[in-house]
Amino acid sequence: MRLAALVLLAAYCVAPFLWQVVTSLKPAAELTSLPPLLPTRLTGEHYVAIFTGHPLLRIIANSAVVAVCTTALALVVGALAAYAVSILRVRGRAAILGVVLSVSMFPPIATVSPLFLLLNALGLRDTLAALVLTYSTFSLPLAVWLLANFFDALPRELYVAARVDGCSAFGALWRVVLPLAAPGILAAGLLVFIFAWNEFLFALSFTATEASRTLPVGIALFPGLHEVPYGEIAAASVVATLPVVALAFAFQRRIVEGLTAGAVKG
Amino acid sequence: MARIRFAGLAKRFDAQVVLAPLELEIAEGEFFTFVGPSGCGKSTLLNLIAGVEAPSSGALYFDEARVDALAPGARDVAMVFQSYALYPHLSVRENIAFPLRVRGTARAEIAREVERVAQVLGLSPLLDRKPRQLSGGQRQRVALGRALVRKPRVFLMDEPLSNLDARLRLEMREELKRLHEAHGITTVYVTHDQEEAMALSQRVAVLNAGRIEQCGTPQAVYADPANLFVAQFLGSPPLNLLEGESPEVVLGVRPADVLVHASPREGATAARVTLLEPTGSDLWVTADWRGSRIKGRAAPGAAPERGATAWLEMPPGRIYAFDRATGTRQRTPA
Repeated sequence: MRLAALVLLAAYCVAPFLWQVVTSLKPAAELTSLPPLLPTRLTGEHYVAIFTGHPLLRIIANSAVVAVCTTALALVVGALAAYAVSILRVRGRAAILGVVLSVSMFPPIATVSPLFLLLNALGLRDTLAALVLTYSTFSLPLAVWLLANFFDALPRELYVAARVDGCSAFGALWRVVLPLAAPGILAAGLLVFIFAWNEFLFALSFTATEASRTLPVGIALFPGLHEVPYGEIAAASVVATLPVVALAFAFQRRIVEGLTAGAVKG
Repeated sequence: MARIRFAGLAKRFDAQVVLAPLELEIAEGEFFTFVGPSGCGKSTLLNLIAGVEAPSSGALYFDEARVDALAPGARDVAMVFQSYALYPHLSVRENIAFPLRVRGTARAEIAREVERVAQVLGLSPLLDRKPRQLSGGQRQRVALGRALVRKPRVFLMDEPLSNLDARLRLEMREELKRLHEAHGITTVYVTHDQEEAMALSQRVAVLNAGRIEQCGTPQAVYADPANLFVAQFLGSPPLNLLEGESPEVVLGVRPADVLVHASPREGATAARVTLLEPTGSDLWVTADWRGSRIKGRAAPGAAPERGATAWLEMPPGRIYAFDRATGTRQRTPA
């Protein structure tokens, strides 16, 4: 019974992705016809097409740069903020965390046009930097909350011991707090990375050319005037999803640990 | 080594007084203990000395130098915690070496010092283990090693023995005393365990709600308590309370000072035995006397029985009188 429920749930979640994989391997002629449900023969033609007819490699590189930089920036700033709030006991901790949380409640669409004007004024339109800055801002609340939670779970005496043993505040963060909070940092980093990798709205609004276009937008712009290249879209989607799936599999346990840390003692 | 002087050092959180202005001097090389119930401000006091918390007012001196504005690392103090606070991601060797590494000591010297300390504390075979692979007593030794390795001016100890089981606690208590005698480092010790305070210290201060109730040698504070709080806090089993003849006065006598006889005796008063607690070396007798419960120690050879009458002998000089309203000791017999 339990197994059946799990299988059903898994099927529900995985089915669309599987369908993409199937579609990406179907010959073009069978794409819009049903039956056959499954391709009569497997073809790599769509994969060849997306890498030859398109600047897809460039777009993947853009996505990677944006996601990695966003993750790094959000983790550095987020770790410092969480350290101040959680361990250095800055005054107004609850107020700060409240404001941080409220920022994340903003519907992104409401901020698109002011941000567009701002980035334009800064001369950052159609640059990777524009996306990195925007994504970092929007992923910081998650990073700060997650890391603050993690730091809270560390015994405060370890920080005190490090200070008494001669560390500066930064030294204690670097030598003691960060190594011990590594699972939390990993979890926060992965979530930020996935957010930045998948984001669509800002990427669509702030990019104009393949100089800064990222994967989700790149794929969305596949359809031409007269035809929708389903096979190529599917192939590109599979390519876009693989890194995230790989990351999730590699760090699955750590993510779960990270998300539930502090919930239960022990 | 340093002399520590508190000049009106105080700590408040908003309106709440955690530590009232404190005037006190701890001598160079002294073993000084703050003892009090939880929440009396003793841990805050240690944090103020360590520099982990900032005082609200007043000044703190090590010898002649004012240190209350210095960062913890610049004060050259070492601290041992109740939880040991060992760095879980570092080996025993790295834990002990940590204060030296942070200070940029040369590698060869670090290795030498770690070996020396490990030798003293019997940790040499454990140097490559992680803290989680150690027993409580071993962890405690590592914490001591980390504190000893750089020969600090002041040793701070925050209930270092509280997490050990009874037998190990006595062993480590002895070891602490030996270490203090061998190194002579000024030590400020904090505990809620009055027996530990008495056994270890050259002087104790009884702390209550952020104020020192009394300060002196353990013997002086025990034998001559300044008020009801001190009298009740020190001594085990705790002080017996008796109704005085005047309603404004409460009388107290320590169980250890009450001698219980099984047969009538001059000057002793009769009471009914309600409970017997043999501890091996002593036999504690609880008796009902004029509506009060009094605990005393059975006289050598006496075997009082439960439900029978026993005779309590209380030396008048050992009965303390306290003002009921303020708790202050009344020195003239009422």
